[in-house]
Formats: sequence, structure tokens, C-alpha cells
Amino acid sequence: MEITAKDASAQQPEGLGQILLNSIKHNTKQYTMLLALLVIWAIFAIWSDGYFLSNRNLSNLSLQTVTVAIAAIPMVLVIVAGHIDLSVGSVLGFLGAVAAMLMISPRTDFGATTAIAATLGVGLLVGAWHGFWIAYQKVPAFIVTLASQLAFRGLIIGLTGGQTQGLEMAPPSAAANFKLIGQGYVPTLAEGVQAGEFHDTSAFIIVFLILVYWLVSFRQRAARQKYGFTVLPMYAEFLKLLIVSGAILLFTKIWIWYLGIPWSVILVLVLAVIFSFIAGNTRFGRHLYAIGGNPDAARLSGINVARNTFWLFCVMGVMTAVCGIAYTSRLNAATTGAGVNMELDAIASAVIGGTSLMGGEGTIFGALIGALVMSSLDNGMSLQNLDVTWQYVVKGLVLLLAVWVDMLQRKK
Amino acid sequence: MSNGEFILEMRGITKEFPGVRALDQVTFQVRRGEIHALVGENGAGKSTLMKVLSGFYPHGTYSGDVVFDGAVQRYASIKDSEHAGIAIIYQELALQRYMTIAENIFLGNELCGSPGVIDWNQTYRRTGELLREVGLKLSPATRILDIGVGSQQLVEIAKALSKNARLLILDEPTAALTETESDKLLGILGELKQKGVTCVYISHRLGEVMRIADRITVLRDGRTVTTQDKKDMTEARMITHMVGRDLTQMYPRKEHTPGRTVLHVKNWTVRDPVTDDVKVDDVSFEIRQGEILGIAGLMGAGRTELVMSIFGAWGRRTKGSLTLDGRPLEIGSPHDAIRSGIGLLSEDRKRFGLVLGMDIKENSTLASLRRLSNLGVINKNEEILRSDRYVKELRTKTPTLEQRAGNLSGGNQQKVVIAKWLMTEPKVLFLDEPTRGIDVGAKVEIYNIMNDLVDRGVCVVMISSELPEVLGMSDRILVIHDGKVAGALPRGEANQEKVMHYATGNA
Repeated sequence: MEITAKDASAQQPEGLGQILLNSIKHNTKQYTMLLALLVIWAIFAIWSDGYFLSNRNLSNLSLQTVTVAIAAIPMVLVIVAGHIDLSVGSVLGFLGAVAAMLMISPRTDFGATTAIAATLGVGLLVGAWHGFWIAYQKVPAFIVTLASQLAFRGLIIGLTGGQTQGLEMAPPSAAANFKLIGQGYVPTLAEGVQAGEFHDTSAFIIVFLILVYWLVSFRQRAARQKYGFTVLPMYAEFLKLLIVSGAILLFTKIWIWYLGIPWSVILVLVLAVIFSFIAGNTRFGRHLYAIGGNPDAARLSGINVARNTFWLFCVMGVMTAVCGIAYTSRLNAATTGAGVNMELDAIASAVIGGTSLMGGEGTIFGALIGALVMSSLDNGMSLQNLDVTWQYVVKGLVLLLAVWVDMLQRKK
Repeated sequence: MSNGEFILEMRGITKEFPGVRALDQVTFQVRRGEIHALVGENGAGKSTLMKVLSGFYPHGTYSGDVVFDGAVQRYASIKDSEHAGIAIIYQELALQRYMTIAENIFLGNELCGSPGVIDWNQTYRRTGELLREVGLKLSPATRILDIGVGSQQLVEIAKALSKNARLLILDEPTAALTETESDKLLGILGELKQKGVTCVYISHRLGEVMRIADRITVLRDGRTVTTQDKKDMTEARMITHMVGRDLTQMYPRKEHTPGRTVLHVKNWTVRDPVTDDVKVDDVSFEIRQGEILGIAGLMGAGRTELVMSIFGAWGRRTKGSLTLDGRPLEIGSPHDAIRSGIGLLSEDRKRFGLVLGMDIKENSTLASLRRLSNLGVINKNEEILRSDRYVKELRTKTPTLEQRAGNLSGGNQQKVVIAKWLMTEPKVLFLDEPTRGIDVGAKVEIYNIMNDLVDRGVCVVMISSELPEVLGMSDRILVIHDGKVAGALPRGEANQEKVMHYATGNA
């Protein structure tokens, strides 16, 4: 959703209509996805007599999206680099169980912070294991991660003894802190704020974020001017900032007027910003796109394909740990079935969001929209008590439809 | 079926794409049984015209008439034109690498005994006959990946013959072939002509066109410039028609004075990583500052293996030593090579040179991101600035820097790859077939770029299968035969005969 200086060479001054048209032309994919999401929301809103769009429901929806989104964000990079990770579900279940057992087991008796740090470490090791086989032993990622899908599902049973391990078995302080990640909301300054009332800190946070956004935009504008590139006319720049800020306020009101921003949503947004930055502005990210787009050309351009691939899977491992922690925290327990099919939801989110399974193409923003589409379908259909049979069928068809539309656009 | 003079007439063909008129009232007439050459710069509309003919652009998406065998044709797909007897062999060969010659030839037209069951005896017998017809002495059971590009080209022709093609269209058939392979191909085309096959021959190699064609049509900017008998045409005139201006200096050679030795290659031996065959055998040579070193030789002589291995793209299956600026050099990967100041423009730019899905800017900075970044973060403004500078300097034709590399013409793609290497500020730049599949105008621009580089002190090493190009541009020529240096010729002593003499193994 970025309107960038498209060319360093001097351009004709453009009218507002032209600017908007160009933005739509260059970001067709993003606009289509947003539109699709809004259509889905409209359908559910009508179907549920407006309840779907209530602050309460959308706030819940945001919580439901968190785990898939955390898995989908790094999955974009993996798919962009021409690989796949089928192990996410099992590994996140395992890592969630690791975190839980570290707190529950009297032998370790870790607090929440230590348990989380240790789990991230184990995630890194799992990622390094995948990376070793994929990057250096050249075994296809499909096989390596399929093997892990099986193996880690087994390890979960070993770790939990085949039983659900509730966090209430852990020391209360550890459990309470750990729970915050998946279920907690940012605290308020005012005492006794109820659901439906104005949530002061959340509002402050949102306003602060909008200010940061303005600051970053103007700094980018100044940098472009320093380089002598054409920038948007000032009025258009302001208009764009106002529109985006308005949109942010419109969406975030669901938290400001209902219990506040969940910590887990902040986590997702921070991760999304970090990964968008990695994808778009770092050498590592650029290398991944090149490797996925054409591995031979990447290698001959001096890119160390194996090393980049190795680190990619390390990142994936750590992110799977984050996902596992959020998942276990939300469930308040480690279960043997944790994360089943999660890899497919993550892949589907990325693909709905325009990531190409051929590699070389995909955005984090798209994957977030994709994840929202998936969880909106879950949420909306569950609200209507639609038979589970049809829930699965609808989700499958939407995935098919999304990719079909994407292919049609590509042809043009 | 009529027996008119023309087997094919394309009348007033106009084809438009959004914003571009690719073909504008093109007229193209091919006589029965002739070899008709179609020439023109890249982007002149040759491929578009052939796509109209083949039904790739179905009837209704263009205006004008395609008349084949006296009847107006309305092809809805390529299948229709194939059925009518038109076969097109594209620049990029469309063969299945892991299948055998026989399987490839009858792919999609399998010879079946009972419905759906392939009759292998029949298939192999027919394939044997077809291979004899195109002069290939190979078993029908040979897999495509085991044969060279020249043979693959002939397999494509055999495949076209298997479909009883009466009009054969060859798009740049010799672009990837060496002189001998081209000779063989041209010979085969001559024989097919005797048997009554009509042939449209698209090529940038004007020498070949003059040798083989009966008539020549020149396209420029989507219009037919002229159609003439060969006897009324010369290479120079063809070029004039193609570019619309006189190219008096096809090879803008400058006098260079070679300086000190920059890269010294000693006793260089390379083995094939799979078969372990010796590809480069104890080769030694020097690359000097301020000169263009040409490397000539036949396809498969080991030229590409030689430069790829020096560049570190050949794994560890190399022996020998390198000295750069007097210091010994260890190169284990392209990464090492680039850091030491060596660049390599590959012969296959789509496979090794470009990430087609990335835009011009991203492709041109791909090998020098380190220079553009701080703590791993790319300075995107600097990236735009630098890539734009090279777009202007190399005169790459593009509306924006955000144009995908895959949407550019061959010449402009090559300029993007050259920009990529220039940004690494190389001391030595290997150019492997730098003008392959590029139109005449762009070729000259690339020659000029090479001269500029030499002036700036870059050592340029050019591999080329086009002898006139090697002779025209090089200050010194190294001829490789069978992995060995068969001869080294200073410019003054080199001529076509001598180079061929060495290249064919006559020491």
C-alpha cells in the first residue's frame, strides 16, 4: 500500500486522480485482497445482523488470528525462497509443550521469562536442524519438514505423557505471567475500566503509533528529496497520511472500546513490521527473493545460497517457538493435538495473500490479510453455528478461488 | 488446395498490444519450396508475426489475413496451425530433458497400437528414419540431456517432420550453435528444401542468411521494409534496412595498448563434477590490463567451463593456480570471485544472469548489495540512484526502473546484467557470448560498452562463437580445442581461417 517515487528521473506533475490510479495499478494485488476481506466481512455482518462487526467480536477475531498470523509471517519468507515448511504445526505444539513443561516440572520450575527464553532457544535448534538438512545436505524442504511433522508429533506425546498439561499445575506467578501473552490486554491507567468503556492506554498507544507513522513518512519524503527524486505533492502526502491514519483509527476502535489491545496483537504487529522490513529493506531479505526467483543467478551473483537458506530456517524455528508460546498461552495448556494442521493454515494464508509457491514473490502484509481471511471465515461461520463439514468445504473453496483470481491477474 | 505461387501469404497484418502497435500492416509472402529469411532487429516484430501465424494469438486478436495454401486460415490455437502443416521451432528449445529422442519426437502425437497404448517398436522405427533424414547418428533411445544443443536443434526439426510439416519456421536456430554445427544445420535445411519443405528462417546471423536464403524479408518497427531476392541483397544493405541507418562500423574496435598482467591463470585443469571427464586440460594464460582477450573455440571445447571455474562456479573440481595483481588467489565460490574483483556475464542470461521476476533495479544491484547497505539494511534511495545511473549510461530502454527483467527485450536484458557486473567494479570481467540473441543495434552498443570498460582499466575477456565478432573486437585471441589452448593469436595475425584451423584441432 505504498505510493513510492516510481522513477528517479523527473516526472510530470500529476493530479490527485492520476496518483490514486497509479497507486491502484501498482498495488492491484493488495487492493484486491483488502476488497475480498471487506466483502467477506460484509457478508458475515449481514448474516449476523451486524453482530460480526461488533467491537467484541472483532476483538475476539483479532485474538483468533494471532497464532496463524505468527506462523504465516515467516512462512512467506520460506515460500519466497522456494521452500516450504510442513512441520510448523507439530513443532509449535512441541515447543509450546516445552514451555509448559519447563514451568510445570518441579525439576526445572522455570518462571515465565526463563521458560520463554529457553523455548526460543530450542526453536532455534529445531530450525538449525532443518536448515542443516535443507541447506547443506540438499534434502528437499518438503521431505525434511514432513519428517519433522511426524517426529515432533511423537515427541509431544513423549513430553506431555500423552495427556493435556494444564498451566494451572505450574506455579501461579509463572502461569499468570505466561497467560498474559495469549490472553492478556494492555493495562489501563484509570481504575476499573469495563468492556465497552474507553480504554485509555490503548488509545494512547494507537495515537503514538500514528505519530510514528507520520514521522517515518516525512523522514522518507525528506530522504527522497535529498536524492532529488520526485515525491508526492504536499497536499497528496497529507491526504494519504490522513486516509491511512483514519483507517487505522477505524480498525483500532474495536480495541479502544473493548478491553484494550491484546498483548498478542501487539506482538503480531511488531513481528509484521520487523519482517516487512527484513523482506523489503535488508540484504538477507533481498537474497531470499533472489534465491527463490532464480537460485542459479543468485549463486552467480555471489549470494551464498546455502548460508542464507540455513539462517532462513533458523528464523523459522524461532518464530515457530513464538507461535507455540502464544498458542499454549491462549489455550492455557499443552495438548497432544496442539497445532494440528496449523502449517496448512499458515501456507494458505500466505498464498491467499499473494505469495507464489513458485518462489520469488510474496508480501508480509498479504499474509496478514490472508490470515484474517482464514480466521474471519472460521469466526463468521462459527457464529452462525454452521456445520463443521461446511466450514471446511468453504475454507477450501476460498483458498482455491483466491489463487485462481491471483492467476487471472497475473496473466494480464 | 491450390497450387498458387505462394504457400503462405500474410496480408495487412496488424497486431496491437495496450499502448503499442507491434505489427502495422505487415505483408509477408513465402513461395512454395523456398528458404525465406526473415530478419530484423529485436522488437521489429518477427516473433509477433510468427505468433500470429502459429495461432498463438488466435484469429480475431489481430487484423489482416493469413492465407495458407490458398485459403484464409482462422487458427484458434497452435494445435490448429500444426494440424495445417506449419511447424515452429523456437529459440528456446522445448524438449523434455529426461525423455529420450523418440519420446520427445512423438510427445503429444504418440504412435499407438491399440487406443492409448504406445507402440514402442513403431515409435523407434519411425524415429530412426527421421533421425537419418536430419543426419543425426544417434540412437532413438538417447536422452536429451546427453546430447548437445546442435543435436537438440536437429531433434526439433525431426519432430516437425514427424508431423508432416510443409512449412518449417526456425527462430534463431543457430544462436547457440558453433560454426560447424551451424554448417551442418544449414546443410540439412538445404536437403529438406530439395524434398519440397518450405522454410522460414529467422536469424541475426546475416552471413548465414546470405548463404542459405532464396529470398529475404526485412522487418523494422512492426512494418515490412522490403522483400528481395538474395541476389539483390548484401549484408550491408540488410543492416541498413534493419536499422534504418548505415552501420559503417559494425565492430567499433579501438586501438588498445596492453599494460601489466592482471590475472595469471596457470596449469588450470577442470573436471566434470558428474562424469569426472577432463573439461579443461592444463591451460595457462595471462589477462592484461587495457586489452580485450577473445576466447574462440567450438561448442563443447571447454571455454565456458574454463571461465566458470575461474569464477568459482565449478565447485572444487579444479586444479591449478591463479594470481591476481601478483598475489596468489584462492576462489571457492562466485562470492569470493566477486570480492576479488572478478565478474562473469554468463552465456545463458535467463538461467544464470537474471532473476526474471525481479525488476531492473533489483537485478542490477544484486551482486553489489554490500556496497549499498549498512549493517545489512539496504539504502533504497541509493539503490534507485545507482541503478538509474547505469540505465542511462548503458542506454537501457525502459519506462521505469520497476520494469521486470522478464519483460525486457534480449538486448536490454543483457544491459541489465552488464550493469550488475559494472556495479561490482570488477578488475576482470568475463563475457560469455555477450551478444547472443541480440539485435544488431544493441550488439554495437555492447561493443562500445566493452571499449569503454577497457578505457577505464577493466580487463575484458570475451568468449564468442561468432568468428567475425572475435576477430573484430579482440586484441588477442586464445583458441581452445578439446580443453587445451590450441593457439594464441595477436590481432595482427588472426584471421578466420587460422582461428578455425586451431579450433578444429589442427595444431
